[in-house]
Amino acid sequence: MSKSSPFGGTAPHQQSNWDWRAAGNFIGGGSGSGLLVFGFAACLGGGLSAGLVALAGGALIGLGLGCVWLEIGKPWRAVNVFFHPQTSWMTREGIVALALYTVGGGAALLNSPGLLGVMALIACGFVYCQGRILLAARGIPAWREKRVLPLILATAATEGSGLALALTAPTGMAAPGMAQAFLVVLAIRYLVWRSYLARLAAGKAPMGAVAAARRLSPPLGLAGHLLPALLVLSGLSWAAALAGMLAAASGWGLKYVLVTRMALTQGFALPVTPSRGRGTTGPGVRPGWGEAS
Amino acid sequence: MTRYVMVADLRRCVGCQTCTAACKETNATPPGVQWRRVLDVEAGEYPDVRRIFIPTGCQHCDEPPCLEVCPSTATAKRADGIVTINYDLCIGCAYCAIACPYEARFKVDKAEYAYGATPMDNERARRDAEKIGVATKCTFCVERIDAGIKAGKVPGIDPEATPACVNSCISGALRFGDIETPNHPVAKLVAENKWFRMHEDQGTGPGFYYLWDNGQ
Repeated sequence: MSKSSPFGGTAPHQQSNWDWRAAGNFIGGGSGSGLLVFGFAACLGGGLSAGLVALAGGALIGLGLGCVWLEIGKPWRAVNVFFHPQTSWMTREGIVALALYTVGGGAALLNSPGLLGVMALIACGFVYCQGRILLAARGIPAWREKRVLPLILATAATEGSGLALALTAPTGMAAPGMAQAFLVVLAIRYLVWRSYLARLAAGKAPMGAVAAARRLSPPLGLAGHLLPALLVLSGLSWAAALAGMLAAASGWGLKYVLVTRMALTQGFALPVTPSRGRGTTGPGVRPGWGEAS
Repeated sequence: MTRYVMVADLRRCVGCQTCTAACKETNATPPGVQWRRVLDVEAGEYPDVRRIFIPTGCQHCDEPPCLEVCPSTATAKRADGIVTINYDLCIGCAYCAIACPYEARFKVDKAEYAYGATPMDNERARRDAEKIGVATKCTFCVERIDAGIKAGKVPGIDPEATPACVNSCISGALRFGDIETPNHPVAKLVAENKWFRMHEDQGTGPGFYYLWDNGQ
């Protein structure tokens, strides 16, 4: 029981098992996967080479996986991660990563747009696994909320399109429709974020998690959505590149906060308080949760 | 079919933490790790204020979220309902700790001692390298139960086959046993009292029954 935790350790508190390294996995995985998808589109438009996109996307995903490797307690047993595909989304993420690098190796070596397309498809599966990893974490209310999955998918798409824009816009090699696609995924991410936040505020998460999300919301809305949209609409190539980077960086910030600030535990609750001695039973207690819950 | 459960009578628990101390002594858990702990809750508003003590720990769920997410199959559930961890398989990803709604799992990355860097004699004697960097939790003293059963003892009746926390409880608040055996004390307690299980809405089917009033 933590002395610093109010209510005798019963109230929700920020989990400490996963830190920036876990956030790094979601950051690298989302951005890398998104870049593979939108980089593939740019490749078809002639803006980027298939090999370069495969290398960049694979490197980002690899960096994320490397972060996780640094976090696990027994890194030399990492191969055991593949033992439970029946139910564990972490195992499935690992298996999908294997497939991704197998195909990606071919895409990079052969500079093959076809193989890059397959890699991008697998990357969609990879980021889906990451969303399901969060969803299966039943001890963390802000993660088990169903809309975390579309949020993870939407931010991966936004980060990826942002990075693709940042890579292609300065050289004038952006594929046709890339800026428009960027604006669309940016708008989707904003709407999904607002929807997710509304669900949390409606009693799906402890007050501390909601407060952390609300603190993030204004800078995320302004620097992560409004400003990038305005920059792209300006039509300037350097502004489009900056917009892409801002959209990607704001997604990284979102995931960092999701893991290190909003990941409050469930806490403990009593539906009723017991009768003790000659006393009677009383109403329940649920420290750290709002009235709405 | 055997299903071992813990019963905690919230009307009886006085928050003495003897169960916590007995667990630490039995399992030699490091500082900050309490497989069995007792939460101290103040509820209500003046002048109607109550203080409740809630023994908690691994709930040995019917549908353990920790088992579902474990990527290495280190976490397993026995036929008698006891959830176990194979320390040789665990990779220490702590996903199980995140998935557990009961904050019952712990992971320590380096040996820690009660008084700084130098272990006391008992800590030196009982330190267990296999528990560093992996997930750990309450096992319902599974080795004790198995050894007791082998010796012809009955879990929850004979101390030799009963978890240390239950044996140590000064007020009889903590009880343990097979809920599927009709005449077992835990089956009677659950049948004859009002009870709840923590966070039942999460669909975990916890094996920890909290008694809160007489009658059904």
